[in-house]
This record gives sequence, C-alpha cells and structure tokens, in this order.
Amino acid sequence: MSPQKRVKNVKAQNRISQGSNSFQTTLSAWKVKQGPSNSKNISKHGQNNPVGDYEHADDQAEDALQMAVEYFEKGPVKTSQNKDKTLEKHLKTVENVAWKNGLASEEIDVLLNIALSGKFGNAVNTRILKCMIPATVISQDSVVKAVSWLCVDKCSGSTKVLFYRWLVAMFDFIDRKEQINLLYGFFFASLQDDALCPYVCHLLYLLTKKENVKPFRVRKLLDLQAKMGMQPHLQALLSLYKFFAPALISVSLPVRKKIYFKNSENLWKMALLAVKQRNRGPSPEPLKLMLGPANVRPLKRKWNSLSIIPVLNSSSYTKECGKKEMSLSDCLNRSGSFPLEQLKSFPQLLQNIHCLELPSQMGSVLNNSLLLHYINCVRDEPVLLRFYYWLSQTLQEECIWYKVNNYEHGKEFTNFLDTIIRAECFLQEGFYSCEAFLYKSLPLWDGLCCRSQFLQLVSWIPFSSFSEVKPLLFDHLAQLFFTSTIYFKCSVLQSLKELLQNWLLWLSMDIDMKPVTNSPLETTLGGSMNSVSKLIHYVGWLSTTAMRLESNSTFLLHFILDFYEKVCDIYINYNLPLVVLFPPGIFYSALLSLDTSILNQLCFIMHRYRKNLTAAKKNELVQKTKSEFNFSSKTYQEFNHYLTSMVGCLWTSKPFGKGIYIDPEILERTGVTEYKNSLNVIHHPSFLSYAVSFLLQESPEERTVNVSSIQGKKWSWYLDYLFSQGLQGLKLFIRSSVHHSSIPRAEGINYNNQY
Amino acid sequence: MDSYNVPESTPSASSRPEDYSVGATPLQKRLESIRKQTSFIPTPPRRKVPQCSQLQEDVDPQKVAFLLHKQWTLYSLTPLYKFSYSNLKEYSRLLNAFIVAEKQKGLAVEVGEDFDIKVIFSTLLGMKGTQRDPEAFLVQILSKSQLPSENREGKVLWTGWFCCVFGDSLLETVSEDFTCLPLFLANGAESNTAIIGTWFQKTFDCYFSPLTINAFNLSWMAAMWTACKVDHYVATTEFLWSVPCSPQSLDISYAIHPEDAKALWDSIHKTPGEVTQEEVDLFMDCLYSHFHRHFKIHLSATRLVRVSTSVASAHTDGKIKILCHKYLIGVLAYLTELAVFQIE
Repeated sequence: MSPQKRVKNVKAQNRISQGSNSFQTTLSAWKVKQGPSNSKNISKHGQNNPVGDYEHADDQAEDALQMAVEYFEKGPVKTSQNKDKTLEKHLKTVENVAWKNGLASEEIDVLLNIALSGKFGNAVNTRILKCMIPATVISQDSVVKAVSWLCVDKCSGSTKVLFYRWLVAMFDFIDRKEQINLLYGFFFASLQDDALCPYVCHLLYLLTKKENVKPFRVRKLLDLQAKMGMQPHLQALLSLYKFFAPALISVSLPVRKKIYFKNSENLWKMALLAVKQRNRGPSPEPLKLMLGPANVRPLKRKWNSLSIIPVLNSSSYTKECGKKEMSLSDCLNRSGSFPLEQLKSFPQLLQNIHCLELPSQMGSVLNNSLLLHYINCVRDEPVLLRFYYWLSQTLQEECIWYKVNNYEHGKEFTNFLDTIIRAECFLQEGFYSCEAFLYKSLPLWDGLCCRSQFLQLVSWIPFSSFSEVKPLLFDHLAQLFFTSTIYFKCSVLQSLKELLQNWLLWLSMDIDMKPVTNSPLETTLGGSMNSVSKLIHYVGWLSTTAMRLESNSTFLLHFILDFYEKVCDIYINYNLPLVVLFPPGIFYSALLSLDTSILNQLCFIMHRYRKNLTAAKKNELVQKTKSEFNFSSKTYQEFNHYLTSMVGCLWTSKPFGKGIYIDPEILERTGVTEYKNSLNVIHHPSFLSYAVSFLLQESPEERTVNVSSIQGKKWSWYLDYLFSQGLQGLKLFIRSSVHHSSIPRAEGINYNNQY
Repeated sequence: MDSYNVPESTPSASSRPEDYSVGATPLQKRLESIRKQTSFIPTPPRRKVPQCSQLQEDVDPQKVAFLLHKQWTLYSLTPLYKFSYSNLKEYSRLLNAFIVAEKQKGLAVEVGEDFDIKVIFSTLLGMKGTQRDPEAFLVQILSKSQLPSENREGKVLWTGWFCCVFGDSLLETVSEDFTCLPLFLANGAESNTAIIGTWFQKTFDCYFSPLTINAFNLSWMAAMWTACKVDHYVATTEFLWSVPCSPQSLDISYAIHPEDAKALWDSIHKTPGEVTQEEVDLFMDCLYSHFHRHFKIHLSATRLVRVSTSVASAHTDGKIKILCHKYLIGVLAYLTELAVFQIE
C-alpha cells in the first residue's frame, strides 16, 4: 500500500469513530472536514506526501468522486438537458474508484442511502449497490440506516435482494455488529418474503448468536420448511439453531449436506479479494523498509501457496496443541503473549520482545522488517534453525537452473532473491542459508541467470576462513570470471569489493564487542586478518590476470582501483591491523595509463596508503611493546619502492633508475632520446593535454606551444591549474609525498624505526 | 593463467595456521558439514549391505504388510518444530478440519464434526534404525461409509508416512524442539498430498521437497539390492534406460534373471557385508559391456531411470515400491540418507 493510501485510510477510520459517537455521518459534516479550509488536515496530508505528482493525480480522482457523490445526494435535476449524460459520467466515476481503490465508509454511507431511498431509478440503484466496495471497512451505522429504508418500502424487490446479497458478501468488512444484531427480529420477519428468503437466511446464518435462538423462531422456521419443502438455506439455519439449542429441535437433519449457500455467484468476488489484501496490507512501518513481495505470483502452484514466502501468522495452534483441555475463551484471551498481528511499531517490539508470539512459519519474517530486527538480535537457536531450514529449502526448490524447463518461474525467483538481498542489506548481515546455497549452486551457474542478484549474494557471505571458502566458491567464480565478458569481470570485482567491505565492518564490530559476545567463529584476530589478507591477494591475482586478458582496459582498471581504495584504508577506517599493497601488475598499469582519472585515483590510493602506514608506524612507536601486528618491513619497502617509482616518473623526471629499473642500454635501443622527462606531470601521456591547455590559457595567441617551458614558477602555477581541474588525488599525493624544495625528492616511509 | 600464490609477506603476525574452532552453534556446525559435503565426494564410497534390523521385529506385521507392494512418492522433510507424539489425536482432529475447509473453500462449512472423511495418525513402532531415531508415524485418510448403519471405516483415500532410519548425522545438529523425520512417503492423489503437506508446513514449520533419485544413486540401489540374500525371488531384476531423442524418447529395458544378477555380483563382490563405489561401478560396467556385445549400444551414454529388483524398485522421479519385508529397514536407511543429503 502506498503511503498516500494509508493516510487516507487512517483519516477514514478517524471519521468513522467520530461518526459513531455522534450518529451524524451526513455528507455535509464530512464535506466540511474535507474542505480546503481545513488547514490542519491539509498540512497533515502534506507532511505525509512528499511525492507531489502522485498526490495531485490522487486528488483529481478524489475531486471527481466528491462531485459525483454530491450529485447523487442532490438527486436528479429534472430540467437539465443532458441529464442522462451527467448521470452516466458520475456513475462511471464512482464505479471506477470503487473497483480500483474501494470507497471510504462515508461515501458508502451516502451512496447506500441514495440507492435505497429510491431517488433514482431501479437501474441506477442496482449499479450503485453493485459498486459499494469498501476501501477498508463499512460503518455499522450505514448498514442500520440502509435497513431502515427497507421498512419504508421505497425500493423494488430486486434492489432489496441485491442489498441482502451485498450485506452477506460484505459482512466481514462491517466494523461492528452489535447494532445490526439488534435488528435480528426485523431480518427474521423478512423470511416470509419468498424472494428474499434464501439471502436473509444466509445473513441470519452469519448473524445468529446463541441468544437469538428462541422457541418461536424455531417454530416459524419449521413452519416455513413445511411450506416450502427442504430448502438448503433453511436447513442451514435450522442446523445452526440445532447446534446452539439441540433441545429445541427434534427433527433430524441430513448430515451429509454441505453446501447451503452458493457463494460462487457472488458478484463481488474479485473486489472482496482486493479489500482483504488492502486490509491485510503491511504494517505502518518506516516505508523505506518495504520488504513485501512485489506482486502476488500469478501461477497457482502445486502446493497451492500463493507466494514463495509464507504469510505471517502467529503460531497459536502449535502452542495450544501441547496443552490439553484448552477452552476456546482461553485461546482467545491468551494473556502474556503479544500477537504478531498487533505488532506495528519498533517501540512495540521493544516493549514486548520477551513475550512475542512467533510466527508459525519462520520464513514469513522475510517480509516483515520488525521481525527481521527480532531475528537479528535473538540468540534462540530454534528460531534461527527454522529460518535456516526454510530458506535453504526454498532456495533449493526455487532455483531455476536446478531444473530443466523451470524457466517460467525465472521472474519469481529473481524477485525472491531481491527480497532476500533487501533483508540482508537491512540487517547488514548475510544468511547462512544463502552461503550454503551458493556452495551448491555456483558450480552449476551459467553466469547469466539472475547475475546481479547472485553476485550480491556473494557479497553477503558471512565472514569466514578464506581458505575454506575458496575451493567451494571462489574457484568456481574464477572460472566464470576468466571466460566471461569485461562487464561480468567488473561486476565480480564490484561484488568482491562489497564482500571485503562487509567483512571489514563485521570484524571491526567484532573487535569492539569481543568481551561481550562470543563470536560465532572463535578465531584469533590474527586468523581473521589472515583470511582478509588472503581475500585481497586473491582479488589482486584475479585483477592482474584480467588486466592482461582485457588488454589493460581502462574501464576494468577503474573497478580494480575502486577495490584498492577500500583496501588502502583498512587500518584507519576500520581500525584493523592490516595493510596490503596492490600487485605490481596493477600499480604499473595504472601509473602508465593514458587516462588521467586513473592516475588521479592511483595518486589518491598512494596517499591513503601512506596515511595508513604512517599511522601504523606511530602506533608501534607509542606502544613500544612488540605487538602481534607489526607490519613486516617488506610492506614498507614495497610501498617505498612504488613511491620512488611514482615520484621518479611524475616529479623528478628520473624514471627507470630507482623503482622501475630498466637497463639504460635497452632504453637507448628504443631510440627515444628524451625519455627522462617523458613521464612527468607535463609529458605523461595522460597529462599532456592539460599542459597544452594550460599554456594556451596563458597565451591564447601562441601558434606553437612548448610544454618544456613549464618550469620554475610556471611549474607551480601549472600544478595549481591541475588541482583546479579536479585532480584532488594528485593534489593530496603531491602535498604529502613530495618535498617542496629546490631538489624534489620522494618522501619515503622509514622502516627502520628511525626518522 | 598465473598460478595463484599468496605472498608470505603480509601480516607477519599470522604465522600460525588458522585455528578456526568452528562448532559454537548448530548453525555453524551445519555450515561446516555442508562445506565438507560440497568439497569432497558427496557420498561415502562404501556402504553396508542392507540388513534385517532387530528393531523391525517390533513393527506390527499388519502395518508392514500395508506399506509393502505400494508405490510411494518420496519427499524430503526438514525437522518438525514442536511436534509431539502425545498429541496425535489432536492432530487428527485439526488436520481433518483443515482438509474439509480446504476442499470446501468459499463455501459455508457445516458446524459440528460431521465430516465425510476421517484422518488417523498412528505410530509405526520399531520402524527405525537405532534407538535414537524418532518413531515413524503414519497418516491415513479414510472415507466414511455412506450408510449410517454401517459404522465402520470405508476405504483408504490417502496414506503418508514419516520416518527416519539411521538419521544420526541429522539428529546431531538439531535441538530437542525438533523431531527429525527426513523421509516422507505418500500414496494417493497428489492434491491430497498438497493439502496435507501444507498443513504440516504451517503447523510444524517444516518444508517438503520432492526427493528424486539420480542415476548415480540408482546404480547404488541396483548393486545393494542385488547383494541382498532373498529366499525366493518374486521379480526379475530389471533396468530401464532412457535415450533422449526426438520426437519421442526411447526407453531401453534390460531384464536379467535375478539369480544371474546375483551371480555377477558375487563374482565382483569382495568384502562381505560392504559395498564399495568401485564394486558398484564394476557391476554396472559389466552389464553395459554385456549389452554392448549383443546390441552394440553403449548404455553408459544413456540415462538410468528405473531399477527393479526383488527387494524394491525405484524410479528416478522419486517413486519407490518396496517388495521385501526383510530388507525394508535397509531400503529406508538409504532413502533416509538421500533425504538428509537433500535437506542439509
């Protein structure tokens, strides 16, 4: 249900309660409340409706409906020339709204009055009655008023019949029934009308309480039966009477009769379903957490459940089965436990968390964000196991590539996976069932089917030992990775980045909470770090190979560097003792890339690595004690090596000496004379265009530009120009790693504990 | 492609092997066993030849006779939550009402309990492998006699039973709130199975999935059942292979005299009381080569879809008929194993 809709219903219910207090549900009273002068109403409406357009359309429909209702209330204007046309238009409006969204209880109140008062002709009355479909509920008072019209005999027999049929069909949607029950005698008297009899019988069947069963009524019924013969509707009522008061009825009634009332001819079958759906609707919960199924599955499945995810029902009956001799009233007034149907808000959940009645099918929590909260914090093993079993089996059953010819359920399976992923994102935690499912299904996956969902499931694998998971999952994924398109490679890298992020978040939380909870995997921090580092190295290996397969594609490199943007900040962002550098294959590809944004990203990553390593070094010095997590000197060496290469290329124009070493003889053989400065910030292929536009900006008239003229003061102006072009990574890198002295040199990180 | 090596350089701290002492929670345990299952060969390479169980002596012979010679459709079933053997009567009543309500959807249901069907829950005492296995139970739907004078039960409309034979691996991983009966067998209209299954799913939060038997497991069945000593053979040993070709698939039936099959098996079989994967493969290979010699058809290229022996017959669709009273428990043990594998 949309937020707008709900607001409307809430209002409708308010109106009902007001109406029933004063017995004044006239249209005029209601119209004033609806009027634009009511600022309170409007502001409330506005607050709850951020989406303007939608509201507008909704309002238009509402206006048209209001006009139609007013028209009917006034009655037909005799002099109007195109009376029929107007009538038809308004009727159509009412019908459309009714069948689409249902009518508010006030609207029903008014229209019901009109239909039974005989203001219009029979045909119109019939049409109005047929579309008396409630949005949510029907007020009891409307029914009482309508019945009072029956007494004055303004409407035809057929209208009466239709009204009773309507009453029976809508019985469940009438908000209260005490007043209606008081009219029992009136209804009973209507049994004498032969045309009405079957429908009145049905109504009485629904309405009868024990105290309604009186000897004179029994006698009357038996008389009717004697007169009309064995009619199923009369039998139904008689057997109900017999059930309530066996002593009063001595006639034997056939036992085998089951069908008393033919509901199949119900005019409102579809509408009733819609109303039920509306009434059931999701709890008024924060709407960003809409986890409900997108739509009801169209196919009637073998095991006649409407959707994959079971409907939320509290488990009253499994519990009650345990206790023998439980009376009905005990069942109804069960104290102590909080029924799920009443759970609407988070504070309610908190207040009743100790006595919550759990759903009979744990799978139904997937559609309920409040219960997902519950699942998330509960440590009750049976609850988790039930959910685990349900989800594992459902995934296995629904998985479309397990079975041949099961592709017709493809859409449904995709939706189901989406729901699971939404729940995982909401909880910020993966489900074990999904992990188990991936183990089983990944080897059979074609890499196409539900790709986005499947890769998202990968990114939600709960933290575990990488070496254990690798043969089950990543080895299969690698096969697909290497044989698929570049887009697939990028999506895999993306989901591995998310996986890394989820693991890091989980671990950083785990470190904080360690004294309180015992983590499911009782590992040492060293073990965990080792697992994460293995994942990073694995992705490094994948990336290096992928770069070669895709001939150094810039597009791919972006995704790879995105991954390393996460990696380089682990120490500072997640407070975890781990720094892993990228493999040379990635570093040099990025350094020699023709794309400025890649180089800029590389600079940023180097800058962050530097920050992290410096922070780690500082902590080591502070703690003095030889901690378990001192980084090896090799990490620092590696970093310094990369840094030297970068500064040598970009800044000091001394490439290939330190860092990347290339034999001078080989360089000479290339025939490039001026190789030394060819990779600095001016001549680097990805910067050259910047250098040219910088010079052109300086002196637009110049015919020939000499980029080598950027020296001295101009050099720093040029740098400022580059920074102003959005190359923030470069800026941070140069600011942190390059000494601004006459002889630029690289600022390495000293790894011998001496500065 | 590069060989994948993790450089030893990074965190110097984690020199010790990963000590993941997994097993803190049952869920963890379960995941652990799944990892093992998935990474290694799914089925153990050797099994026991089905044997007559001691416990089976307790089973009511009438009930056993009732279970034999009927075709059952197999399902796997996850553990039942809060199922209690002391409430079987109550369950009968509730299920009865549920079935009636389902069948008369949208129609007024008569008040009272005059239904034209009757549901009976009863236990199958002794139908298990070890003392730890929970008791099997039977659900029957009977039609009530039309005539009031004849107050006896009418004919059986539907039967289903739940059992667990040597289900240790599953039993270890669940708490006492659950009853593990991973194997469910049904006989009767599928619409009834659906209604009853739905009721169980709603009431005990369990999950039914059809249990199919792949060709690999059918070969195992063929070998194990051939290995059984049967006093007198009631049926020939028969295999059915399916050749997928258009417009209609071609079925190849291969019937052998059971004594010949047994003789072949005895010539292959080495360790008494045990069947190994090599023996199963060899047994099937012998059949294939014999067939090839006569018909020049490589059966190994087709798909085994049905196996029938004097002990039992099984179809790849998940249909089974047990013929031999003596090896009932043995057959159920293997089916339980398959069911447990499916729900793990």
